[in-house]
Amino acid sequence: MPASIGCLALLSGSNPGLPFLLVGLWVLVLSAFLGFVIIQRVPATLHTPLMSGSNAISGITVLGALYCVGSDFTLAGKLMGAVAIAAAMVNVVGGFAVTSRMLGMFQSKRAPGSDSASKRD
Amino acid sequence: MSLQAWVAIADELAYILAGALFTIGIIRLGRVKSARSGNTLATWGMALAIAATVTWLLVFKRWTAESVMWALASGGLGSGLGWWMAARVPMTAMPEFVAFFNGLGGLASMLVGMAEIPKLAQATRGMFASRLTLARFGGADFAIADSLAIVVGAVTFSGSMIAYAKLAGKLHKNRFGVLGSLPVNAGLGLLCVLFAVWGGFIAHDPASLFLSNWGLTALALVLGVGLTMPIGGADMPVAIALLNSYSGIAGMTTGFILQNNLLIVGGSLVGASGIILTQVMCKAMNRSLTNVLIGGLQADTGGKKDEGYTKVKSTSAEEVAPLLDAASSVIIVPGYGLAVAQAQHKVRELATLLEKKGVLVRYAIHPVAGRMPGHMNILLAEADVPFEQLLELDRINDDFKNTDVVLILGANDVCNPAATNDPASPIAGMPVLKVWEARTVVVVKRSLAAGYAGIRNELFQLDNSLMLLADAKKALEDLVSELKAL
Repeated sequence: MPASIGCLALLSGSNPGLPFLLVGLWVLVLSAFLGFVIIQRVPATLHTPLMSGSNAISGITVLGALYCVGSDFTLAGKLMGAVAIAAAMVNVVGGFAVTSRMLGMFQSKRAPGSDSASKRD
Repeated sequence: MSLQAWVAIADELAYILAGALFTIGIIRLGRVKSARSGNTLATWGMALAIAATVTWLLVFKRWTAESVMWALASGGLGSGLGWWMAARVPMTAMPEFVAFFNGLGGLASMLVGMAEIPKLAQATRGMFASRLTLARFGGADFAIADSLAIVVGAVTFSGSMIAYAKLAGKLHKNRFGVLGSLPVNAGLGLLCVLFAVWGGFIAHDPASLFLSNWGLTALALVLGVGLTMPIGGADMPVAIALLNSYSGIAGMTTGFILQNNLLIVGGSLVGASGIILTQVMCKAMNRSLTNVLIGGLQADTGGKKDEGYTKVKSTSAEEVAPLLDAASSVIIVPGYGLAVAQAQHKVRELATLLEKKGVLVRYAIHPVAGRMPGHMNILLAEADVPFEQLLELDRINDDFKNTDVVLILGANDVCNPAATNDPASPIAGMPVLKVWEARTVVVVKRSLAAGYAGIRNELFQLDNSLMLLADAKKALEDLVSELKAL
């Protein structure tokens, strides 16, 4: 199994027998709560870029895909891995690039609107 | 220490840093001023994570020269394609592209889950042959995580593709035969569980492993279609938010397969954020998630297109232009019709013209206006509308009564008075923009047809409303030229 041995050794710490499942569940619960707390305060203006940005982060599954083209996988597995890498990279690169494009529109556009903003006050 | 030991530690540290970059990135994405840097930080986190993984795979000799070629070819292809699509997609089409990208993430997780099984079949050839199940090979948690990655990944993939087709206007049906109905979905779900148990705990020879693996994948793909089909067009913001959450959960489960904490961190952050956005969207429509998922509102759509409007007052650009000219404050309510007509630049032109005449112009943005959360804000930002002029429902709803003219551009359900005064209405209780409190309401709409919710809008018949039946872009062009002529 492609377990990262170092990760187990580091995280198990004083309890070397702690199975990864438990470590992973700790990580899962804490990051999920972190996610809940962070997103709750985001204004509606940013929902679209936030979504496409977090969508790009979900392409992190590319790490798993990278394992699958390794020598311990069969040809069928490698083929699936290659498709998975391509799909995940579209998600990652496309997601981050499109987010950056959208956010670019929120900034820099001060000049034409600035006179109207002052008129309102 | 050996090189491998050093790399193992360095790798873990790189993952921790990448996890921190993701978290800080999402935090900074939540504020307008820092959003751009947040996106950059998250991108660096991803690059670091990929570099660390590749290093580990090379140093621990999991990768051969052949693997490097596979990875370079497919990674290059995917990155190029992603970059090319991201550069070309128009802002109006953003919802369907986010759905599309999202689906590919799900596909990747599904394939990672599937690829484990031929590997196991190969590893067990020889002395263990035919006695080793997935659970006895990697533990029950491995068997469960692997099935979950396949199921959630496949549902995300096929569901997102259906959402993509619906958002791109290529698919209008809510049913494929019996597919999409509740009992069929429940049956498919049950079959998935049975196949997962078979594949994880019972199947112990290559042939049955192969069958259970592909069977589970096929069932889950069909289930994804069935789960997304019934969701109505107006509910697509909810569907995208939910599918976004699924793709995170799928990535998280692959973390348990590979015993990699970073996958769990990234996956659960996205999973949680998707769930929160889903909640926000449901609240904005005053609907429960269950109601959205089974397509509750669609039930009574049938037939009533533009029937029953008896005292609608039609108007023209020539009549509306002087109204706008004489107004001291105007609120623009954009909806999906604006996006369809690609009229965001024309709106900006009209607004600039009015501002020059001393009119206060603001925009009222309903949380579910458009086809994904925050879609209107993006479109108007593209047209250089300063974001201080974009006001959310809570901040502008009390201002309508002091407003001279409200200009509704291709929005319908988000300003339907039935939500506040008709308890029997399907959208009763949904927070809406109280446009009818303004002195005059001008509704720019292509026809009197019902909106996506499929219900009539009494607003069209109120004494103070005027209907300008035209494509939003055409109407705005006419208004601009009329105003210039005044």
